[in-house]
Parts: sequence; structure tokens; C-alpha cells
Amino acid sequence: MEPGRAGSLRGHLPMQAKSYIPYLQVAPLAFVFGAFLVIPILTIVVVSFWDYDFARIIPDFVLTNYRELLGSPVTLRTYLNTLRYAAIVWVATLAIGFTVAYFLAFHVRSDTWQTACFLICTVPFLTSNIIRMISWIPFLGRNGLLNSALVGAGIVDHPLEFLLFSDFAVVLAFVHLYTLFMIVPIFNSMMRIDRSLIEAAYDGGANGLQVLTNVIIPLCKPGIAIGSIFVVTLVMGDFVTVRFMSGGQSASVGLMMANAISLLQYPAAAANAVILLIVVLLMVGAMMRIVDIRKEL
Amino acid sequence: MGKDKMAGKTRGVNRRTVLKGAAAGFGLAAGSGAITGFPTIWAQNIKNVTLRQFGTGVSNLNAIAEKCKADTGITLQMTALDSDAVAQRAVTQPKSFDIADIEYWICKKVFPAGVMQPMDTKKIKNVDKIVPLFLSGKLKPDSVIAQGTAPHSVGFVEGKDSTKFAKSQTQWMTMIPTIYNADTLGIRPDLVGRPIANWKDIMDPKFKGKASILNIPSIGIMDAAMICESMGEIKYGDKGNMTKAEIDKTIAIMTAAKKSGQFRAFWKTFDESVNLMASGEVIIQSMWSPAVTAVKSKGIPCVYQPLAEGYRAWGGGLGIAKHLSGLELDAAYEYINWYLSGWVGAYLNRQGYYSAVLDTAKQHMSAEEWGFWMEGKPAAADIMSPDGKLLEKAGAVRDGGSFENRMGKVACWNAVMDEDRYMVQKWNEFIAA
Repeated sequence: MEPGRAGSLRGHLPMQAKSYIPYLQVAPLAFVFGAFLVIPILTIVVVSFWDYDFARIIPDFVLTNYRELLGSPVTLRTYLNTLRYAAIVWVATLAIGFTVAYFLAFHVRSDTWQTACFLICTVPFLTSNIIRMISWIPFLGRNGLLNSALVGAGIVDHPLEFLLFSDFAVVLAFVHLYTLFMIVPIFNSMMRIDRSLIEAAYDGGANGLQVLTNVIIPLCKPGIAIGSIFVVTLVMGDFVTVRFMSGGQSASVGLMMANAISLLQYPAAAANAVILLIVVLLMVGAMMRIVDIRKEL
Repeated sequence: MGKDKMAGKTRGVNRRTVLKGAAAGFGLAAGSGAITGFPTIWAQNIKNVTLRQFGTGVSNLNAIAEKCKADTGITLQMTALDSDAVAQRAVTQPKSFDIADIEYWICKKVFPAGVMQPMDTKKIKNVDKIVPLFLSGKLKPDSVIAQGTAPHSVGFVEGKDSTKFAKSQTQWMTMIPTIYNADTLGIRPDLVGRPIANWKDIMDPKFKGKASILNIPSIGIMDAAMICESMGEIKYGDKGNMTKAEIDKTIAIMTAAKKSGQFRAFWKTFDESVNLMASGEVIIQSMWSPAVTAVKSKGIPCVYQPLAEGYRAWGGGLGIAKHLSGLELDAAYEYINWYLSGWVGAYLNRQGYYSAVLDTAKQHMSAEEWGFWMEGKPAAADIMSPDGKLLEKAGAVRDGGSFENRMGKVACWNAVMDEDRYMVQKWNEFIAA
């Protein structure tokens, strides 16, 4: 907020009231976050230290949940697997998202077409996430459309098994589901770039690649960072996509939690949730260090 | 009888329900309805009662709610959830339901949580006719009690307010059994190309990349146990209550098979198992009986294969929420009595499940139906599904034969183990491998 404007508003009020105004302004949001975000998270943290047996959850302060979680090789393997998905999906969505956004922002000249193309990108997202994901299954299956076409065209003799219920299928579904989250913020950043900067760069003798790497990409960094945060947090927390597309053959952190919850082992699931939250916050923190989103906006 | 009801009614209720209860009590005395021991005399009041029931999709059917409304006047609000959601909802939101339709193995977890009230068997008219499996654990007096969480072992508690399971029959039941079945492997006879006779056949390298088991840890581990025992690798003390060493060994065998690419997928929901089989992604997998029927109804051959080692069974029942009292509690008993009185039993039997009271169900089925579904005889006429679709042509025989053949060959029941905490960790390891 600009100090001048705030000052003029404060000028009309008695001195002692002035200091309350910012607090009143943040109060509604603070209340919503407090009630629906902070309290639930604190509850999860508290429960993660509770004990449980086959039928009950016992209020207590034990470290067993964390000890079992952190001491188990399966945790490390699952986290590595989940991080691997996140990394591959991040690279793929960034490459596709940047290209699509670049095309929309710099190659589509008319505003009407720009809006129209942008809408076309978003239309599939009017259907539910799960339906868009599940519709890959009959397409990729052993007797699915793709395999029938490949075998029919004589490209392969046997149906390709790796297409479905594999890491390939998981990554494909993730990229399909989440690329839009990359396109929108990057497109937004690109639209804010002053076109005269690009002209100036060309006038100064830069070629296309130099303009891209020295002007456009640096100015898109906030968009890239926001998109990356979306994609990484979504992939890290996902369990539905991994379960359906890997045919239940791959694990993700979310899936581990779902399994624990299914047997009412809430404290174990809560401990896992706390660790996941810390890991994701660290990742987001690292991204924020590379790009100062607030400064760039 | 009347006294019992009055005592049950006035416990912690407001003046209004007390008055209603008193009026009903007078009505009972005046109408001498006590002769039948069946509180139909309250139908006038009960008509206004709505009971909220939730449970798994297998038995939470609108047809049952409609028929119940027509017969008793009680309105049933059914919510169908998956097994996991049922257990969670029961424990975490005990006020959100009146009747819980839950499976016995989950009951072992849910009942000790104190969210349900034991049922007075004196108020259950057909209690003596319930299949003995649920009372003593034995189908016939000389049967061996199957392994796992056998329903009778969590079917009774020690007293009216107890949450401790009783070792033998008492007056207080945790749940009234309603539906159960014996599960085995489903196969695609057109694609397996050889006879399937044992659980271990799922591990045949010939079916590499074409097999599946289910990924609900507490049920999947039982399938895995049936397979490992059939392979001769492990001899379990109790498949439904494994030691850590047994769990380790079972998971090791399954992990090795997974790493070598034996499985195509693991399924978690009914629809997933149907799609895997119908699409040919999988040709042999653990399956539920109605899922086999669903595959068949698409015109795709599918067999629910009886196996030498026997079946893995499950059972579900109706339990009453702790908070129920007064008129609503009476309505709940009336509903459960109605449930066991035959119509529902016949409806469930016709879907390939079994009902808890066979005598009453029999009265609602034709002789041909009874012969096909329960006695394992070739169908004397075309067999229709409850909604009137052709299920089997005349002459067909039910997979697995008669009721006694199937339920008499139960090797284990779905279970909650003492080591279930360890088991879930190892199961996660298996999935992550």
C-alpha cells in the first residue's frame, strides 16, 4: 500500500483509532485462515503425537509414529518416488506450458484470437479431474484405442504394455491434468512484458534466442515460480492419479496416508501429513528464494 | 416384553419421547400385540420415523428402502460408501447415522470405539433362525471354525453397555448379520487356457502381467495368505491373525512376484475390478461375486472359480447407533425384524449373496430360484436378476455349487489382525516396491 493514500485515510480519524485499522483490515482473512487452515493443521500436528491401538486413538505424547515413519526404508523410497514424479512432471509441464504461453502471447496477434485460444485451453478443465484422468485408461489399455491402432498399422506386433499401469501412464496423466496451471501464470507474466523492451533488444542486435533467454525468461520468472508451486504441491499431495494410472502398483506419499486412514490409524497418517507438509514447505521456500515473487509482481 | 421396551425407552430421553413411549406402552398392553412379540402395533407412530443408514454399496439399495417404506412405513435414508469410508464415518461421526451397515472385520474396530449400542436379541424375532455361522461360527455342528475374524467372535458383547466382545453367545449382539458371501478368484476362461484349481495358479508365470489382487490392505493380505499357503511356502497359525514373521514372509513372496512383473494392477473398487477383467488387462484376479456377474452381463465370459483351498469369506450386518432411543430405537428394531423377515433375504440371495435367515428368504423365492441359488442345482427355468434382467439361462449351474458347499468351505474370514499396524506398514512397502 502506498503510504500517501493510507495517510490521507488515516487523517480523518482520531490518533488512537489509526493503529487499529490495519488489524481490522486483515481480521476477516486472518479469521478464515485461522479457522480453516491453522486450527486443522495444529490438530493434525497434535494427533500425530498420539498413540493408537487396533480400535482406538489414545491422546498421549509419543514419538512412535515419527520413529516408525522415519525409520522405515519404505518412507524414503516412497518420498523419492513421489519427488521423482514431481521432478519429471515439473520439467514436462514447464516445457509445454512455456511453449504454449509463448505462442499465445507473442505469435497470436489479435486479442480476439488470443482470448479464444486461451479459452480453448481451459475448456477441458470444465470436466472433473478424475474423469479426465480415467478416460486415459481405455485409450492406453492392452486392447485400447492406441494399441489397436499401433498393431493395426503394423507398427508393433504386440500391444505395448508400458502404456498403461506404469510410471509412464502416471506422468502422462499428471502432465495432462496440470499443464494449465503452468500456462496461466506464465501467460500472465508474458502479457505484462513491455513489447518495446523486445523491440529494443532486437534494435540492440540481439537474435531471437538471446531475446528469449535475456529478456523474456527473466521477466517470466514470477509466472514460472507460481506455476511450479502449483504443479509441485499438487503432485506431492496426489494419491488418486498415482493409484489409478499405476494400477495401484506404485506408491505415493498420499497413498501411504490413505492406507493408514483406511484402517483408522489416524496418528500414523497425521505424522506422515506433517512430514509431507514440511517437505513441501521447504520446496516452496526454496523456489521463493530463487524468485522473489513479491518483488517481481 | 412390554416392560423391556419401556425400560429401554426412558433411558435419557426428553419428556416428549417419554410420553410417546408411554402411549405406545398403553397401546401395546391394550392391543395385546405382545402375543406375537412383534411391535407392529406402533406402525402409526413409526410411519413418521426416518432412519439414516449407511454402508457399502452391496446392500444399501434403493429397492430395499422402497420396500421397507411400503411394508413398515419407516423411511430409510441410504448412503452408500466404500468400506474405508464406512469405518471412518462410523467412528468419527457417530451422530450422523442411526443404522450402520458394516462388515464384521470392521466391526472389530468400530464397536470398541463405543459408537454403537448392543442389540437385545430378545427383541429380534428370528434370532434363533440366523445361520449358525454367525452364532457359533460353525455352519454345521461338526464344522471347523474358519480362521480370521469369524463373525461370531465379534458378534456378541458381554452386556447391555459393554464394548467387550463375548467369547460365546449372549443376549447382546453387536450387529444383526444381513449379508455374506465366500470370495474366490475370478478368471477369464477364454484367455487362461488351462484349468484353474488352486489359489497358487495366480502366480503361474504363464499369467505374467495379467494377474491382479486387491489393494485394500486388510483384505489383500488375506488373498496373499491364501496364495502363499497354496504355494506351500508358508503354513499359517491363523491367516487372519498373522505373526510379524508370517507377515514378513508373505510380503516378501508377493514383493518378489510384483518385481518380476506378475501383476498387471491392483484394484481397490468394485468398478476397477470389473474394468480390469472386461478389458482383458487381467485374466485372473481376486474378485467379488457380483463383479463377476457384472462382467458376464457385458457378454464377456467370466467364471467365479471354486478352488481346492476354499474361500475367503466376508459378512456384513446392521448395527444401531449409540444415540438412538425411544421411538427411533423401536423403529430400528422393527426395521431389523423386517429385514430378517424374508423379502430382503430373497432379494440378496438373488444377487448371489446369502441372507442371514434362510427359512424366511425361501418363502419369498420360487422353487427354481431356490434350487439354483441355494442348492446348486441346474436352473429349472431362466434365472432373472432382482431387477428382472436375464442372468442365467435354464440349465446353468451356479459357480461353487450349493450354499453348504460354498459356506462350508470357508478357509478364512476377512480380518483385523493384532499386528495390523505392522501389516499396513509392510503392505505399503509391498506397493512401494
